[in-house]
Amino acid sequence: MEFRDYYQIMGVGRDATQDEIKRAYRKLARKFHPDVSKETDAEARFKEVGEAYEVLKDPEKRTAYDQLGANWKAGQEFRPPPDWDQGFEFHGGGFTGADAAGFSDFFESLFGHGFAPGGRAHAGGMHARGEDTHARVLIDLEDAYHGATRTLTLKHTELGPDGRPRLRERALNVRIPKGVCQRQHIRLSGQGGSGLGKGEPGDLYLEVEFRPHPFYHVEGRDVFLDLPVAPWEAALGATVKAPTPTGAVDLKIPAGSGGGRKLRLKGRGIPGQSPGDLYVVLQIALPPAGTEAARAAWRELEKTLNFNPRASLGV
Amino acid sequence: MTDELLSLLSGEVLEEGVELSLAEMCRACRLPAEQLFELVEEGVVDPLGRDPAQWRFRGVSVRRVRCAVRLERDLGVNVAGAALVLDLLEELEAMRARLRRYGG
Repeated sequence: MEFRDYYQIMGVGRDATQDEIKRAYRKLARKFHPDVSKETDAEARFKEVGEAYEVLKDPEKRTAYDQLGANWKAGQEFRPPPDWDQGFEFHGGGFTGADAAGFSDFFESLFGHGFAPGGRAHAGGMHARGEDTHARVLIDLEDAYHGATRTLTLKHTELGPDGRPRLRERALNVRIPKGVCQRQHIRLSGQGGSGLGKGEPGDLYLEVEFRPHPFYHVEGRDVFLDLPVAPWEAALGATVKAPTPTGAVDLKIPAGSGGGRKLRLKGRGIPGQSPGDLYVVLQIALPPAGTEAARAAWRELEKTLNFNPRASLGV
Repeated sequence: MTDELLSLLSGEVLEEGVELSLAEMCRACRLPAEQLFELVEEGVVDPLGRDPAQWRFRGVSVRRVRCAVRLERDLGVNVAGAALVLDLLEELEAMRARLRRYGG
């Protein structure tokens, strides 16, 4: 297994005081807390920091860890010396309350045995409800319109029969209900972490995330589409084809529309009790002036219209 | 394993139309009522209805409560601080959504 440099993880020197360690932990915990953080690897980092803090905040464990020596490098292949913890008695008095289930093999090999009997709540035949777990499910905008089924593969740690954590992978088939929105949560009762003893399992919360769409943007239940139109379509009015998540529609562009004008297609957003709207935002697209004929046409327009687009800026 | 693969799970969308009474809320959040009172008092969740017997919690409250409990446990913030964090997170999320719309 790989050596873990807890000081490096916490970003403190080996001579850091307990206060400095606590401050470093608070700072990192805020940065990587999965409820708060936007870092992609927040959950893994938060666990790593929690494990480092579990060792360094506890004077007993810290002293034991320190005597492994300062020459180990993070990631180096590591085997604990057979008698490394001789003479240490882990009392776990008040310091071993953390949830060690997700800690690394490295932690387990060092503190697993000395740590379990005293400190761990589950060791004494207790029953506790399993942790609620969280996962993200990526769906397409179209799935929100029609509903869908997704198969998810979730990795999670659970306690084996020997009381040691192990990594398990499982697949779930989940129905994505029609009308679900970005950032909403689907709760699957009893699909979270397994309980201890006779404790019931926790719940699994799936956070819905839309795969970024090449031309739709979603805000709540409303869907936005940037629709390119030719200058003459905007100026004279026209009926043009516009895509929607439920299929193309004919859209009437009113004469005299400026760029950025929003046309609302009521109820064409994400369905629900009060369905969202689809907003088509007009973008005036410029025809290229690549040929002599095109340039002549633009010049003709310039002469005829005598148009100053900066009139409102006073220049 | 195979069973899990075969069966299709349906869940409830917390943000949609789910309403819970005080008792249901305590069960869903695994919290004693006293602790839930404190969370209501500090504005972590805001039930409809005037007195606890008539309280109706929106489904999304479950998530806010559980998040507040985690913030208390992991970051050492108090209930009022957790309420503030939750409100700011919501605001941040709304702004991020707007930003995405403008291609940010």
